[in-house]
Amino acid sequence: MKNVLKVSAVGDREIVVTRDFNAPRTLVWETMSKPEYLTRWLLGPPGWEFTKCEDDQCVGGRFRWEWRGPDGMEMAMTGVYREIVPPERCVRTESFESGCVPQMGEQLATLELIDRGEKTSLKLTVLYPSREARDGAFASGMERGMSASYDRLDDIITGVAV
Amino acid sequence: MMTASLDATFSALSDPTRRAILARLAEGEATVNELVAPFKLSQPAISKHLKVLEKAGLISRGKDAQKRPCRIMAQPLAEANEWLEGYRKIWEANFERLDALLDELKAQKKSKP
Repeated sequence: MKNVLKVSAVGDREIVVTRDFNAPRTLVWETMSKPEYLTRWLLGPPGWEFTKCEDDQCVGGRFRWEWRGPDGMEMAMTGVYREIVPPERCVRTESFESGCVPQMGEQLATLELIDRGEKTSLKLTVLYPSREARDGAFASGMERGMSASYDRLDDIITGVAV
Repeated sequence: MMTASLDATFSALSDPTRRAILARLAEGEATVNELVAPFKLSQPAISKHLKVLEKAGLISRGKDAQKRPCRIMAQPLAEANEWLEGYRKIWEANFERLDALLDELKAQKKSKP
């Protein structure tokens, strides 16, 4: 069975991403914390590669991740680890230094992994500095998940026969 | 990727009434008065929503000073949809790569206990 990705807007300033994985929690934690694994999957749009992964994984430690895309476009995200509780919880600040994602100020990302035996549930909560920053990144009013909004947009677009 | 106008589009789309107005206009143009009845809102309230939609480029309004019929504009919606779809696809692709990596690591652990 396919594990469904859900993206929803919660409250005024949060976006919550949930997804299950068919692997035990310690393994999922490794892939989300070890640079050699992170650089293999956290790539972004097609054609982008993870070029630099500096990562001081301790409370107060900084990280700096860089990507390069087609035509030499570059993107960098930096931040500081606030809380690390292997293999269940990681809290860090994130800000985009450059690239195609707009600078919206510092956001706070909380990763939680819930142990379900041979499966793991991931919950990623991103707290934006303001409602405007959050709604700028996503259309709000999507509490029931992104797909509901899509359907709405699709309906409207079909209606005008784009 | 993300532009200021896209920001205005999302902001305008964040309100359910405005999305419903757009859905209505997708069926054909309408005047303010024609929108008042089905939405059970006052005329000033509808006008306020229309102003936001117009500013975001989601609708255009006719020149007729009296009626000023509203028409939906397709381009910003198409751009917003493209961006949302793109965003979702990025996460899907990331997590599918992660699925593959997890399978690989699970297999390794089995062969090297």
